[in-house]
Amino acid sequence: MVTRHRPDTRDAGPRDGAGPGLPARRAHARRARRKTGPAYPYALYLPAAAVYIVIFLIPTAMAFYFALTRWTLFDSEFVGLDNFRDFLAEQNLSIGFRNTVVYAVVTSGLKVVLGLGLGVLLTSKLRLRGFLRSVVFFPVLVSTVAVGITFSVLLKPGTGLVDRVLALVGISGPDWLGEAGTALLSVALVDVWKGVGLATVIYIAGILSIPQDYYQAVSADGGNAWHRFRHVTLPLSWPATYSVIILSFIGGLRSFDLIWTMTRGGPGFTSDVIASIIYKQYQSGFFGLSTAGNVLLFVVVTAIVIPLNWFLGRRQVAP
Amino acid sequence: MRNLRRAGAEAAAFAVAAVVFLLPFSFMLLTAVKDEKQAADLDFSWPASWPIVDNLVEVISARDYVLLRAYVNSTILTVASVTLIVVCAAMAGYVLQRRTGKIGALANFLVLSGLIIPPAIVPTIWLLQALGLFKTLPGLVLVEVAFGLSYAVLLFRAFIAAIPRELDEAAMIDGCSGFALFFKVIFPLLKPVTITVILTQSVAVFNDFVNPLYFLPGDENATVQVTLYNFQSQYSTQWNLLFMDIVLITVPPLLAFVFFNRKIVAGMTAGAVKG
Repeated sequence: MVTRHRPDTRDAGPRDGAGPGLPARRAHARRARRKTGPAYPYALYLPAAAVYIVIFLIPTAMAFYFALTRWTLFDSEFVGLDNFRDFLAEQNLSIGFRNTVVYAVVTSGLKVVLGLGLGVLLTSKLRLRGFLRSVVFFPVLVSTVAVGITFSVLLKPGTGLVDRVLALVGISGPDWLGEAGTALLSVALVDVWKGVGLATVIYIAGILSIPQDYYQAVSADGGNAWHRFRHVTLPLSWPATYSVIILSFIGGLRSFDLIWTMTRGGPGFTSDVIASIIYKQYQSGFFGLSTAGNVLLFVVVTAIVIPLNWFLGRRQVAP
Repeated sequence: MRNLRRAGAEAAAFAVAAVVFLLPFSFMLLTAVKDEKQAADLDFSWPASWPIVDNLVEVISARDYVLLRAYVNSTILTVASVTLIVVCAAMAGYVLQRRTGKIGALANFLVLSGLIIPPAIVPTIWLLQALGLFKTLPGLVLVEVAFGLSYAVLLFRAFIAAIPRELDEAAMIDGCSGFALFFKVIFPLLKPVTITVILTQSVAVFNDFVNPLYFLPGDENATVQVTLYNFQSQYSTQWNLLFMDIVLITVPPLLAFVFFNRKIVAGMTAGAVKG
């Protein structure tokens, strides 16, 4: 104990001499500290740091090495950039990049638009507002697997509920999850259904924090509902938009469970994203290739989210 | 006239929301209480018979009571992970907020990295195997803690920022410092944010599918989400049982939602609006 704090005292010594009129209180506090240790010991970080470093940081760092190997978990053979070359060259692997980005853009775009719309609607003087807020938010808390299974039943071609409803108005719906053109977008729409509640409550919190004065000013100038939305709600709920975009982009790029329960990347490889390819390669025992996928996902996420964060953050400063 | 239009718009909004958000849930419930033959139609017809108890018993006893074991596993997993997350994150969030400097900046950077970086799956498995924790519940608990820490630390840090430093100083003059200061003075004050963290993390861990899939494969210690996923291929003809399982798995989040809706929403929007 004493040895550990000796540098502290030595450090403070000269400063004490330089300032002759040092308040007695600080000296007292220093004495107390010497007895009991620092007020905010770094040791409080220890449990969190231990778990975080061992379970998260070390594997993340190791991934950059193992991505360059042919790996069986027990021994690894260095193969250079072969895994990455495979990923970029093979059609069924490289499709994952396009799909990952498409999925993230579609889900976060729709969450922003629908979340803002629902947020405005559910902060207006609706009588059933409390009930509707609950209804919209509840899917956020339901397990993704349960949502995935339910919607794959509702989207069954011909007999599924969605197709039956469409048949009522004379449209024959496609095989939503079985056709290459619609599978990924169908899953993305279900993702929006499940996640739009979170975007909505973020917007509600953002809209409620806008001071009423602004709305009164618009009304005094003779503005209507559209002006109130366009010139007050929309610009002043920007922090909420920022959060929704960043959160749903990170979530969308990493998304796996919904895609896996609804299509398993099919038909063929047409709805595979990077995360589902990582799982498939892991299942087939290509651990090096799987880890290369992880490194690429890391690159894609940071290459998109960090510039996006910077860009959106800059707009926030100068509205 | 205006009132009439207003009521009309409200009714329309209500109807659309009900159809879009409630229909899937009523479909789950209806299918879960039908008999096998009628459930196979997968439509919205009213149940001809109500074999609720039969379905329930059959789902629970299926595959040698795997669902019950899964419930026990998921409960242990959730309670253990959330307890560790609360203790670790509260301590870390406290130092992070109170003590700035190089280590604080590094910790801040790591917390944000934890939110953004996708976990490297196979290297984590490799490491857990080296530690003898792969395919064990304690191993999965550590994984959930490591991946859940960042978000909880942010919530705690934001809450602690509102606790005045004068309180710490008063406690220090009374000779209370370091761990004692945190656990005796600060931690009891964190109750509101602790409840929020417990709720949001419990829902996240209980609903987690990806991490149990990777880090806890095998039937004997499956969690509820993985069991449900496996039921999907097993019960491809017995839809009533599959949806009864879905209903059972949706009950815990539903209870959390009914009793603590406001707290959960507060936790999930915290910090989001401030930017």
